[in-house]
Amino acid sequence: MLKNYETVFILTPVLSDAQMKETVAKFKDLLVKEGAEIVNEENWGLKKMAYPIGKKSTGFYSLLQFNAEPTVVAKLETQYRRDERVIRFLTFALDKYAAEYAAKRKSVKSTKEVVKES
Amino acid sequence: MSTNNSEIRYLTPPSVEVKKKKYCRFEKSGIKYIDYKDPEFLKKFLNEQGKILPRRLTGTSLKYQRKVAQAVKRARHLALLPYVTDMMK
Repeated sequence: MLKNYETVFILTPVLSDAQMKETVAKFKDLLVKEGAEIVNEENWGLKKMAYPIGKKSTGFYSLLQFNAEPTVVAKLETQYRRDERVIRFLTFALDKYAAEYAAKRKSVKSTKEVVKES
Repeated sequence: MSTNNSEIRYLTPPSVEVKKKKYCRFEKSGIKYIDYKDPEFLKKFLNEQGKILPRRLTGTSLKYQRKVAQAVKRARHLALLPYVTDMMK
């Protein structure tokens, strides 16, 4: 039974831009390989953190919202723990209201982007 | 002796705190999900030190207070909000 999940992870800022994209892509296709369906993906880019993690006070945030089998999450999290570029991650299940909120947020964000581009 | 304590004159009249009816802002505005991703909104529920305000001050109902606490703890985990700070606002 597909449940929808949302995961946010922080990468160390020391990476070059290409490495960051590559790590994000690595997790994305890991999910797709496991049969998950990516609903939404956001990169907040380099952000200043409220407190330093591992002696670094900025981090590259990115968010992935996906629908998957519950077993996929465990695999994803072991990958996070193995990869030393990821300094912090959070995965949780979206309930009914959270899913509605995420959908609304995605539509608002896409309209904003359209306005920016046009 | 007992007469003059009724004549005690206070310099300033004791101001009776007018009881403001507290309401839960989530039920009133119909917000169903509290997002942990925007720290600005969550800061309304934290005091200067970054600690979660109790319900008796914010007036939120129990159901939404738990959601606020859950969201704040997630935001702290992701370093969007500090665990403890001195001058937050």
